[in-house]
Amino acid sequence: MLLRLESRRAPSVLLTWLTPVMAIAATLVTGAIIFAAMGHAPGQALYTFFILPINSGYGFTELLVKATPLALIALGLAIGFRSSVWNIGAEGQLTLGAVFGGGVAIFTHGSESIFILPLMMLAGVVGGMLWGAIPAYLKTRFNANEILVSLMLTYVATLALSALVHGPWKDPGGYNFPESVLFGDAALLPILVEGTRLHLGSLIALLLLVAGWFVLARTLLGFQVRVVGMAPMAASYAGFQQKRMVWIALLVSGALAGLAGVFEIAGPIGQLLPVVSPGYGFTAIIVAFLGRLHPLGILIAALILALSYLGGETAQIEMRLPQGITGVFQGMILFYLLASDVLIRYRLRLLAPAAESRS
Amino acid sequence: MSDIGIFVSVVLTVISAATPLLFAATGELVAEKSGVLNLGVEGMMLVGAVTGFAVTTVSGSATLGIVCAALAAGGMALLFGFITLTLLANQVATGLALTLFGVGLSSVVGQSFVGTPVDALPKLAVPGLAAIPVLGPILFEHDALIYLSVIMVAAVAWFLYRTRAGLVLRAVGDSHEAAHAIGHPVIRVRYLAVLFGGAMAGLGGAFLSLSYTPMWGENMTAGRGWIALALVVFATWRPARVLLGAYLFGGVTILQLHAQGVGIEIPSQVLSMLPYLVTILVLVLISRDQAKVRLNAPACIGKVFHPST
Repeated sequence: MLLRLESRRAPSVLLTWLTPVMAIAATLVTGAIIFAAMGHAPGQALYTFFILPINSGYGFTELLVKATPLALIALGLAIGFRSSVWNIGAEGQLTLGAVFGGGVAIFTHGSESIFILPLMMLAGVVGGMLWGAIPAYLKTRFNANEILVSLMLTYVATLALSALVHGPWKDPGGYNFPESVLFGDAALLPILVEGTRLHLGSLIALLLLVAGWFVLARTLLGFQVRVVGMAPMAASYAGFQQKRMVWIALLVSGALAGLAGVFEIAGPIGQLLPVVSPGYGFTAIIVAFLGRLHPLGILIAALILALSYLGGETAQIEMRLPQGITGVFQGMILFYLLASDVLIRYRLRLLAPAAESRS
Repeated sequence: MSDIGIFVSVVLTVISAATPLLFAATGELVAEKSGVLNLGVEGMMLVGAVTGFAVTTVSGSATLGIVCAALAAGGMALLFGFITLTLLANQVATGLALTLFGVGLSSVVGQSFVGTPVDALPKLAVPGLAAIPVLGPILFEHDALIYLSVIMVAAVAWFLYRTRAGLVLRAVGDSHEAAHAIGHPVIRVRYLAVLFGGAMAGLGGAFLSLSYTPMWGENMTAGRGWIALALVVFATWRPARVLLGAYLFGGVTILQLHAQGVGIEIPSQVLSMLPYLVTILVLVLISRDQAKVRLNAPACIGKVFHPST
């Protein structure tokens, strides 16, 4: 072996923030190669994928619209990931949030009350928390793996939403399409920029990111999260309860995912559909890692992953590529990130063949 | 159809529904026994399904399709192995990436194959035995992959508990430090186990697209890769119990389909929740007995191994 990994004394701070950039660069290079292999001019294809969608003011607001749920969900996931609680069912928590919030909108349909929107958000948060509470309870009470439980619940939530919009919540005047009524104005988020879909939810998400940063960096809770994640033994000696951490992580991430679900249906979608998210809950996992589980990083990473959605849509129209190409790019970013992260904790040492024979 | 005829056909559909789970879970069991938790099963199954389907359609040879499905999913597993074993990345995160990547990749590759029909794998009747009433069709008249799935369970059980190499694999999974100190190649053993897991997931995928529903559809695994992961826990890492678990789950899947067919007044979506809810229930029932889990679970599962640390 000519290359060897040698442990660093302390993780490299510089590389912690540099590896995401490296991962993105490597993804772009690989993307160019894949496009070339598929018979597209690589430069043109990358331009279509990553520049064209945000070439206009409208395109940029669309980027923010897509980044909103990603950043919200990733913020919640980051708290869990920091303390090694693996909630990967955010997609389901988002869906149940949309079901709860959408239920409020449907049952109050026709009313112009200003309380409808806050009530929807509250319901969405409750729905998301409820869906997060199940894996938390089963984990703390029965030691059931939260990864598998939260993921199974995602399928259950998606099916529940589908059952509702195919059945009782179907718009009676909707020509039998599986869709709810179009929400009234009182159930829709105010638009921030006239003529775009940029809504109040993006602003709320931004405020929550700031609040998240404050909690993680400046409060005892944030400290506990970090200690439980980095040194579980030390944390238990210090009296920080692992079980409490599981509850906090799953309830907070469930709440934020549920809120993201309400923002989607009260924002860009405007009604309940059988599917309300193109996998934001899963992509947010990548956002959390790419953003180094840090609120500011998450903001940047959410914009980048949002671009992969927009790029996928543009490439679908312009180059007739399948939508799955978005998933390929997203998976690739995470692969490259995880692979290059080895450099944070280890340094590569070139070994001369002679030195190796002695070792 | 006579009652016995109905019974036989129900049993056959249960076996069919269980087989993809059986392949994937048996493969994952071997990987986990060596100490590696690969959450990318769903992604590997999808890549196997699309590869098996595409190669069979293009070449006309199902055998070639099945082999390529195992190889392609094995390639995915190799990628996982490289990132987690050589580059020492977190296994949970890498497995998730593998699934996200596999879902996307299979949809890109399969785009031009959506809606194309393919001949289902031929049934191979065992001469003589298949003629036995009831038992004959249930036991001796299946396609090659169904036979193979059961043989693989037996082979894995024999390998893990009756061979020296299997002992080494289990030792690596239970204490990589000790195994390394004795001189066993920890990383190489894990690579092989992960590759085997990938190939098996690929076979499970190929069974889905070539036999269970002979067609390709985006995301056609519908969470079976994740259910397979839960099955390994359910089986407390024992091959024979994986067999039992897979057939139980096959039964639940079919129960739900038949309930829909009979026209029970429940929305079809609610019935479709059944396998996922049962998975959760089963996980809870098994995991609550922590002593039992700790006794059987590989002690080093999910842990990074670096000789210098």
